[in-house]
Amino acid sequence: MVQLTMAKAINEGLRRAMADDPKVLVMGEDIGKLGGVFRVTDRLQEEFGAKRVIDTPLAESGIVGTAVGLALRGFRPVVEIQFDGFVYPAFDQIVCQVAKLHYRTRGNVRMPLTIRIPWAGGVGAAEHHSESPEAYFVHTSGLRVVAVSNPQDAYVMLRQAIASDDPVVYFEPKRLYHTKAEVHLDVDPADAPPMGLARVAREGTDVTVLTYGAQVATALDAALAAEEDGISLEVIDLRSLSPVDYRTVGASVRKTGRVVVTHEAAREAGVGAELVASVTERCFHYLETPPVRVTGHDIPYPPAKLEKHHVPDLDRVLDAVDRVLDRPNSLTGVEQ
Amino acid sequence: MTTVHTLNPMADLATDVDDVARLLTPAGERVVDPDLQQWIEDVDTAAIQRLYRDMVLLRRIDAEGVALQRQGQVGLWPPCQGQEATQIGTARALRADDFAFPSYRETGVVYARGGKPSDYVLAWRGEGHSTYNPYKLHTATQQIIIGAQSLHAVGYAMGVQRDGGDQVAAAYFGDGATSQGDVNEAMVFASSFGAPVVFVCTNNQWAISEPVSVQARFPIAGRAPGFGIPSMRVDGNDVLACLAAMRWAVDHARKGRGPAFLEAVTYRMGPHTTSDDPTRYRDKEEVEIWRRRDPIDRVEALLRAEDAFDDGFVAEVAADADALAAEVRQAAMGAVTREPLSIFDDVYAEPHSGIDEQRVAYAAYLNGFAATQES
Ligand SMILES: Cc1ncc(C[n+]2csc(CCOP(=O)(O)OP(=O)(O)O)c2C)c(N)n1
Repeated sequence: MVQLTMAKAINEGLRRAMADDPKVLVMGEDIGKLGGVFRVTDRLQEEFGAKRVIDTPLAESGIVGTAVGLALRGFRPVVEIQFDGFVYPAFDQIVCQVAKLHYRTRGNVRMPLTIRIPWAGGVGAAEHHSESPEAYFVHTSGLRVVAVSNPQDAYVMLRQAIASDDPVVYFEPKRLYHTKAEVHLDVDPADAPPMGLARVAREGTDVTVLTYGAQVATALDAALAAEEDGISLEVIDLRSLSPVDYRTVGASVRKTGRVVVTHEAAREAGVGAELVASVTERCFHYLETPPVRVTGHDIPYPPAKLEKHHVPDLDRVLDAVDRVLDRPNSLTGVEQ
Repeated sequence: MTTVHTLNPMADLATDVDDVARLLTPAGERVVDPDLQQWIEDVDTAAIQRLYRDMVLLRRIDAEGVALQRQGQVGLWPPCQGQEATQIGTARALRADDFAFPSYRETGVVYARGGKPSDYVLAWRGEGHSTYNPYKLHTATQQIIIGAQSLHAVGYAMGVQRDGGDQVAAAYFGDGATSQGDVNEAMVFASSFGAPVVFVCTNNQWAISEPVSVQARFPIAGRAPGFGIPSMRVDGNDVLACLAAMRWAVDHARKGRGPAFLEAVTYRMGPHTTSDDPTRYRDKEEVEIWRRRDPIDRVEALLRAEDAFDDGFVAEVAADADALAAEVRQAAMGAVTREPLSIFDDVYAEPHSGIDEQRVAYAAYLNGFAATQES
């Protein structure tokens, strides 16, 4: 067991996946000598050579589109999109090609592609560097979408994503890149809980908080704070957004009867909307109060100096907890 | 060899289309092209007869496709009449284990790669998005998103480089596609990595209703050298020139010299698809000019001149075309639509709880109807 940052854990995941399977390739902008703008691919080119750690031209559709061809030829490419906001030029290749080739060819062609995306805000970045585009990909069948929240998961889930015969969009919260935690590197990814399963990050009895990525930490902070008020929050780290593990989610909701969903992506037609709708369909008779969403606002990601008003913090999560518990909250007295 | 036949902005469609490399004039006379000649030394009369047969069969498949659409047996058909020489000439220069990446209009490429009638009609009938296994034909599913396949071809070629293989990838796309970012990104990647890929741009003068002048004010073959890719502009209605140019391009790529680019200058005689009405945007005279440049007629003229177009040969080709057309018809009419729940198949390679649940729910829903009908 070692103490590693999330960036290092991912780096180690890439290294071991490449060492184990010569068909694994890493490609993206600045990932070679520089080691990526977040140093996630640090020293991989030195170790595996420029044919397997490929500095590509600056063209996102080109990166994903050529990875499709490499996958057709039997490779397992791991592509890095430099920042969340730069995945849009590759959107067509991801949703029309990567996601659909297996279906289009009735299973003859596999697309074992992993698309790594440094993701979301909270790091004081420039415009286009803090986007949360996950809902676009969750809405696209044929893609698996995962979001990691800690170094251990980052390591194991990356290896599982690379081993998967399906394409995986793999979101890495930037604001956790440098958070350290203990990582077991010798877990066999095949024996670890699959990336499609949710994790109960903290057990509780009063309210279920559904979240993923960096918001897991916020939800856990909220749970600590709530405990002081005698309220017990159960925090579910979804880990996978497609598919969602509704077994784990449902078990928790049936236990608590109250649901708060939190993510930093905008609200309208977001992942939270889907979670609330699905939980309501599945667990309506167990619900004591309507589920509540705590999300980013439906605005373009704001400038860095204002981002704290956009990304839900512990207090906004606690306010939502008060709402589902019918305690005084920000809406008390407001005509609805 | 870096041959670009015109380096002036396109002035006049009528004269520019003749600024191409060719081995066979529109009248069917052999001419010598210093660059192309060496690539068809081995092509004897029997080989030309085979190319002729391929083109006639392709035209017949295409006519059958249009007829099947008119009769409601397929939903849509993208005709390729006029482009037979480009498709057959280039595809016949590929080795079986090379990998082709055609667009929707390249029926002839799928045919030349060994596709069966069901392989080119069932998708248009709506029985499946693709009805052949790409790995069996070494041919990707015909692409509908304009230009997307150019990147897949380059990636495949990069894979060949990594495997130490000597296969070549061939990316087919139209003149309209050259305006797409993907085609330009493909050329950057191919050139930067020296990938063994051949780009075949079929310039059929039109992208639905937009003339090539909306996509390009400079001959398309002239763009490739700017990416560091040698190119040729060939007569796309001259099957010998298409074969020779493609052999040059494939050889260049196979020998590790990097990508090559062909612009085949041809014409789409019919509508863009069976839903299109070309009379709204193009002149009858233009079509007539191109009818006189027909790719099949000129090979017929050549074979006649060589005394290789006797009644026996003609009858044989006609019989083969009839037989193939009947098979195409049979493939469409005899198609059996898959069972409803198959729509959930192959969305993912591994189990996905979301899809699995939806399949179960829809099965139960359908079963409900079965139960009602029984009672
Ligand atoms: C990305 C994209 N945009 C638009 C279309 C609709 N569309 C289909 S074919 C076509 C014209 C393509 O022209 P060209 O590339 O010259 O090929 P051709 O049809 O002439 O063979 C268009 C606009 C499409 N299929 N894909």
